[in-house]
Amino acid sequence: MHAQLTLAQLPIGSAAFIHSLPTGRVGLTRLRELGLTPGARVTMVRRAPLGEPIEITVRGSHIAMRDHEAQHIGITHVEQAFNPAQSTTTQA
Amino acid sequence: MSETPLLAIVGNPNCGKTTLFNLLTGLRQKVANYPGVTVEKKIGECWSQHGKKLRLIDLPGAYSLNARSPDEAVLRDVLLGRREDTPRPDRVVIVVDAANLERNLYLASQVLELGLPTVIALNMVDVAEEKQWLINVPKLAEELGVPVVTMQATTGKGLLELKAAMSREELPKPRWHSAPLPEVIRAALHGIRAELLLSGAVHENTSLLEPLYLLSDHDPLRAGIQDVHLGQIQRGRHALEAANSGWEDQLVNDRYTAIEKLCQKVLNRPDQELPSLTQKLDHWLLHPWLGGLTVLAILVFLFYLIFKVAEGPMGWIEAAFAALGSWVTGAMPPGDLRDLIVDGAINGVSGVVIFLPQILILFFFIGIMEDTGYMARLAFIMDRLMSIVGLNGKAFLPFLSSYACAVPGVMATRTIDSPKDRLITILVAPLASCSARLPVYLLLISAFMPNSVSIWAKASIMVGLYALGTLGAFFFAWLLNKGVMRGANAPMILEMPTYKMPSLKSILLLVWQRAKAFLARAGTVIFGISILIWAASTYPKTDSPDASIRLEKSIAGRAGHLIEPVIAPLGYDWKIGIGLIGSFAAREVFVNTMSVVYAVEAEEEDMTPLRDHLRAETRADGKPVYSPLVCISLLVFYVFAMQCVSTMAIVKRETNSWGWMWFQLFFMTGTAYVLALGIYQIGTALGY
Repeated sequence: MHAQLTLAQLPIGSAAFIHSLPTGRVGLTRLRELGLTPGARVTMVRRAPLGEPIEITVRGSHIAMRDHEAQHIGITHVEQAFNPAQSTTTQA
Repeated sequence: MSETPLLAIVGNPNCGKTTLFNLLTGLRQKVANYPGVTVEKKIGECWSQHGKKLRLIDLPGAYSLNARSPDEAVLRDVLLGRREDTPRPDRVVIVVDAANLERNLYLASQVLELGLPTVIALNMVDVAEEKQWLINVPKLAEELGVPVVTMQATTGKGLLELKAAMSREELPKPRWHSAPLPEVIRAALHGIRAELLLSGAVHENTSLLEPLYLLSDHDPLRAGIQDVHLGQIQRGRHALEAANSGWEDQLVNDRYTAIEKLCQKVLNRPDQELPSLTQKLDHWLLHPWLGGLTVLAILVFLFYLIFKVAEGPMGWIEAAFAALGSWVTGAMPPGDLRDLIVDGAINGVSGVVIFLPQILILFFFIGIMEDTGYMARLAFIMDRLMSIVGLNGKAFLPFLSSYACAVPGVMATRTIDSPKDRLITILVAPLASCSARLPVYLLLISAFMPNSVSIWAKASIMVGLYALGTLGAFFFAWLLNKGVMRGANAPMILEMPTYKMPSLKSILLLVWQRAKAFLARAGTVIFGISILIWAASTYPKTDSPDASIRLEKSIAGRAGHLIEPVIAPLGYDWKIGIGLIGSFAAREVFVNTMSVVYAVEAEEEDMTPLRDHLRAETRADGKPVYSPLVCISLLVFYVFAMQCVSTMAIVKRETNSWGWMWFQLFFMTGTAYVLALGIYQIGTALGY
């Protein structure tokens, strides 16, 4: 069996479903309250110019967090999603 | 409903809540702090169409009633009626960002469950439309059981309908309940409530929600729990943990499950997010290298405004105070009272007010960045750099502002939601070389470097001083983070809001409120200190015609002699001592004080006579007082020392603590002393 894939490893432009978050950790509870609950669909939008933090979208809102948090968030069903950023790149 | 009902405006950060509040109240609002915390309390008034007066309170933006910051704790406590200084609101207006409906419904549903009569203002419907989100508003109102008014706070569309709903005679109590509490949690909460009721820690007749939200705050002191109840709260948490170890997370999941069901009924949106204007802008503004370049360009522009554009108004203020001074001089008979007014009061106040243009520009700039949504992007880009010293991206702008003046910098730390990060930023921000240090740097650099030295060498010394202050700030941030300050770092979680057009009215209002706070707090303190320093350098009076001798015999002059043994190891004589004492009001006073000490006519614009005098000043053994070594020691002292009463007053206000203010004074000035001592002693030993 593969090691659990985490949100920190999700390629830019791809989407996945949240599989698990460890319970009982203050920072992760706040991320849950912002919509990152198991089963929610997340898309990796970008990484900051210096590599961190990451920007993701979940339930229509855009949230930035560091790898330190993202690497605790397990994901499944990674799909290569349509990426609006890429389409503008090809035009440019 | 009482005569003038109190309506609370509640919502997520970035939902347009404050814009709506400003729109409703205009200038009829009062801003203060909630006693005991540095959270802004905004109260205002407005009239309904029927001429009925409504009182409004703009509660701090929050994501959840499970408080994680002082702001969120205030929201929770006001809504639960737990703050003695604020009555429990009669009605609630929940502002919901239509373009971020699901997430906004999280807090909205929590507030609805508190059972207060509620109106929902469904804001930013234009942005939702642009995203091709279809919201069934009647269905949403039916499901929640409260009126839902669509609106656009930025243009004022829907405002009349909202006012009408707010002032309705009868407002229904919400019908919404997300999910029943799981039985084990409910049972545990019943027990905890009973125990809390016994000691009066919660209201009589309270629902289970009050104990629930108190227990979910991980900082029991923030929850306003008195010491006698702390044990109960701890036991309550243990009881809940025992009943269901993941209770907090389970409640979040249950709530989102209920919200998802609701959204399936009322919201129809495309499967994929459409490339919105925000996305297109972010593609460039957060681009790997264009993003960094944009930040740089904005900062260069900001510094151009602060140091170049502000010069004009600063000159006018100076001229106006000078004119006022000479008018008083002419109008009053000579004497102590005239000197007190002209040299003490007018001079002292002028020294503070002169920074007002820079402060106004800075707050205007910050306001635009906040209002457009760019501030979050700045934090996003700078976070990695700030994380090296243990801070997060939100600390960047407050720190940067401190290069103009630490006062607005410290005030701008309110955007940092982690209390620990905020405190560290406040403590290190004054190490950034502010514009008041500039005249001192200029004078001392020109004093010890001969005219023959190229301008580039002087400039590089200047850059070195700025770099030294910056490194010092980073070092102390790192040290405070690692060693001194206890408590875990809150994780960096940042929402990236949709870009929007800034509202000039809101920004000007913010600038006005901040400027008023600055003038009131710093102004009164500076006023007092200026008079003290004037008195110290005037009394006791001697009849000498020579101003420098009069100064020597005064309290300040004696104090200079008194501290000479302490500062002699740094290479300073008692005359420099007088300058240092004067600098505690504000650093740039050094220049004026030294010109009085040496009886030189000196103006800030033209320091040449004073510089020449400093160069010529010799010790008893014939060596120059202002040797390169002494000047460098003095420069380093000015980089690190806390010599600004305005900043101290603001730090006291923003940390709500005398202790942190004194701590900052001692660690900064202590560092300055030790470094200056090291430089002078090692330099002397090496034969410089």
